[in-house]
Amino acid sequence: MEEKVEIIATDEKQEFIINMGPQHPSTHGVLRLVVSLQGEMVKSLQPHIGYIHRGIEKMCESITYPQIIHLTDRMDYLSAHQNNEAVCLLVEKALEVDISDRIKYIRTIMSELSRLQSHQLFWATFGMDLGGQTCYFYGLRDREMILDIFEETTGGRMLVSYNCPGGVMYDLHPDFQKKVKDYIKYFRKKLPEYDAILTGNVIFRERTTGIGTLSLQDAISFGITGPSARASGLSCDIRKHEPYSAYDRVKFNEVLFTEGDTCARYLARVEEMRESLNIIEQLIDNIPEGPYAVKMKPVIKLPEGDYFQRVETARGELGVYVISDGNKNPFRMKFRSPNFVNLGVLNHLAKGFKIADLIAISGSLDLIIPDIDR
Amino acid sequence: MDNKQLEEFVKSIDQDLEIRNGKQFTEVTLLPSQLYAIAKLLREKEEAQFDFLFNLTGVDYGQDLGVVYHLRSTVHGHSIVLKTRTSDRVNPNIDSVSDLWETANLHEREVYDLLGIKFTNHPDLRRLFLDSSWGFPLRKDYVDDINIVTK
Amino acid sequence: MRFDFIASYVSAFTGPWWKIFYDFSILTGAVDEWLKGSVSPFWTTVIEMVVVGVVFLLFYAVVGLFLVYAERKVCAFIQNRLGPNRIGPFGIFQTIADLVKLLFKEIIPIKNADSLLFNIAPYIVIIVNFMALAAIPYAKGLHAIDFNIGIFYILAVSSMSVVGVLLAGWSSNSKYSLIGAMRSGAQIVSYELSIGLALITIVILSGTMQLSEIVEAQRTGWFIFKGHIPAVIAFVIYVISSTAEINRGPFDMAEAESELTAGYHTEYSGIKFAFFYLAEYINMFIVASIAATMFLGGWMPFHIGNLEGFNMVMDFIPPFIWYIGKTFVIIWIIMLFKWTFPRLRIDQLLTLEWKYLLPINLVNVLIMAFLVLKGWHF
Repeated sequence: MEEKVEIIATDEKQEFIINMGPQHPSTHGVLRLVVSLQGEMVKSLQPHIGYIHRGIEKMCESITYPQIIHLTDRMDYLSAHQNNEAVCLLVEKALEVDISDRIKYIRTIMSELSRLQSHQLFWATFGMDLGGQTCYFYGLRDREMILDIFEETTGGRMLVSYNCPGGVMYDLHPDFQKKVKDYIKYFRKKLPEYDAILTGNVIFRERTTGIGTLSLQDAISFGITGPSARASGLSCDIRKHEPYSAYDRVKFNEVLFTEGDTCARYLARVEEMRESLNIIEQLIDNIPEGPYAVKMKPVIKLPEGDYFQRVETARGELGVYVISDGNKNPFRMKFRSPNFVNLGVLNHLAKGFKIADLIAISGSLDLIIPDIDR
Repeated sequence: MDNKQLEEFVKSIDQDLEIRNGKQFTEVTLLPSQLYAIAKLLREKEEAQFDFLFNLTGVDYGQDLGVVYHLRSTVHGHSIVLKTRTSDRVNPNIDSVSDLWETANLHEREVYDLLGIKFTNHPDLRRLFLDSSWGFPLRKDYVDDINIVTK
Repeated sequence: MRFDFIASYVSAFTGPWWKIFYDFSILTGAVDEWLKGSVSPFWTTVIEMVVVGVVFLLFYAVVGLFLVYAERKVCAFIQNRLGPNRIGPFGIFQTIADLVKLLFKEIIPIKNADSLLFNIAPYIVIIVNFMALAAIPYAKGLHAIDFNIGIFYILAVSSMSVVGVLLAGWSSNSKYSLIGAMRSGAQIVSYELSIGLALITIVILSGTMQLSEIVEAQRTGWFIFKGHIPAVIAFVIYVISSTAEINRGPFDMAEAESELTAGYHTEYSGIKFAFFYLAEYINMFIVASIAATMFLGGWMPFHIGNLEGFNMVMDFIPPFIWYIGKTFVIIWIIMLFKWTFPRLRIDQLLTLEWKYLLPINLVNVLIMAFLVLKGWHF
């Protein structure tokens, strides 16, 4: 493509450039990093993205809002539910539709389950990035059960497409509450296992502590959100600051760390799993009766104007920005995807560390490539 | 500061700015020439401290090309929207804010890639997703005979 | 040809037929005598060499395939999976199927690769394996070459495998391979030291480098028990550093799947890849057998003092089974390492060697020398 990568190190600069990706086991997708090395040390790196660019924003300009929801699944496929929710909340806010409590509760539970499975996959793949392959199977074992719960109610495992403007597509499966409660009981027992195999491991601690430290100022300047930012002490949880759905009715802690290193980013996610369990536990018994969807007009047209809605996905703040000209499809639709912004900090973090640390750092940012490229 | 105070504050910087109080954010419309100076003030003034650029959107308004900046302050917790637009479609130029907010670096590359807006003083303005043979797909006059179906 | 081999076999062999399991020299001696009687001494040597070579080839293939299968089952056990279970009973033919697949795969020529070095690298690794296997005592009388400097020879030979790895990484014109090869060079050279010192501890205790004598010296008790704490320390250090030496477990820098895709054998395909893959497992077998021989008494049965009955029962188990059992216990430990720990970083790896293992080892050798001098060991 644009630059020719040298085969052998250039003499004067003693630089060694390697192409990490687009097919590489630990870029978790088609991310390509052009890394310039000195020995094993990363001197600089440039992300090359766009291998899975589908032009979702352009597509949105020619389809209707209910159709857009199904495209958002395909961005951050591990936070599919939260992505759907963002568009639905935006449409409901623009049309000033009041949705029932039942819908809010369902959405909150679903979105926390979604966060839980996303963090489980993070845990699994992060362990694998560091070379502990057993983690992968432990993480996936527990994640499968959540996907089964999803499948029963929504019909989809990963790309759930459960939300629609004004509510959710179908009512909860009769077994849903029981299964979720069983799962919480089960997973609380499994969490110590997670700590035993990775968190408490000496090699793991050595590999992650003090690696890729992100200061609070840098986190703000780079616009980092989500657990990665909270590991640096930036309070940015949308669920706390701008509660949507039923988040204003539950008690939970915003997980904050101050170290900002790879280990803190990992711990933040593990702690968030516990918080997610707490949130689900508070809601699951009290789902109110009511309609699961509000009747909307068959053709949804947003009034003219700008709309912005953000939600907290498993990786940070997803912002949906719509400029509407009053038609049934948006004039301009922009997704502020958390992974795209978080990618920007990778060069800053990995500089001066070893190539093995680069893998750990990019793993701890938990990047999802389709969300970066959109 | 709430939206009312913000409006007052922006007024105090420059009397002639066009300010609109939207449903969510205070929206300030700027000329491209004013943008960098005002952004810098908003970033650095003690009572404003908009240190978190959480969204940067390029828009094709049909005639004009524009950029929308969503700013938030992590200290005060208030938000503001800056809008700027230029009518030059051949060689649109807007000042880069990437030295104020690092995150603008990637955002501006994305806007350049998809809309062709050039950001002056950007450290590394290259195509991001697409290669250089592409046009600028998010422009309204972008033609693609294969993938875009026109009725 | 005369078949008085059977007659001489019977004459040399006074006990029941299963005695050969307790002393293979009965069988090998009989075959040797028969050959000497029927053909010239030159042809005797040639035929014996061919027979031993074929036996080792078969042994190599069987052990390699079995270890691949064992690793899959062990890893599946740790990871809550079933592992291979489709081909044959319990999937035991899975690795054979894989080998057949690898045999039929295309060997992809690499552009700009140094084709001579690229092609001989896997063979170097394999040859080194064979050379090391030849000097290991498998059971009483089952020992291809019994050098008087056996352990020294094995150390010298096994450290040559790094040449194959370096050549593979350097010649394949791939940056990942090159980094992998350089890492493994640094790693193997460093850990060679610890292995050497740990084994020297035992050499001091036994007073000989001949492997058969080392095993014989453990008739009264395994060295790990005889040598007090220094032997235990040496054993632990040996297991750690041999895991590093064979590029496995938490020390698989050279392959580092998540960093360097496959390290030095990224560019290899087909049977050449299979060579590297098998060599890795055979290496594991070799280090495990050395550990078993040096620390756990080789093929010597487990004896407790004067418990005659117990010792008789232990003696009843053939030495070969003892040897295989001890080796597989070590292999099991090495496999457990790999599937439970995350990988170290290259600098942490070298820190572990140069700052911790090496000083401990040096002190350990001194202590052991002192113990032997004073005669305080059992």
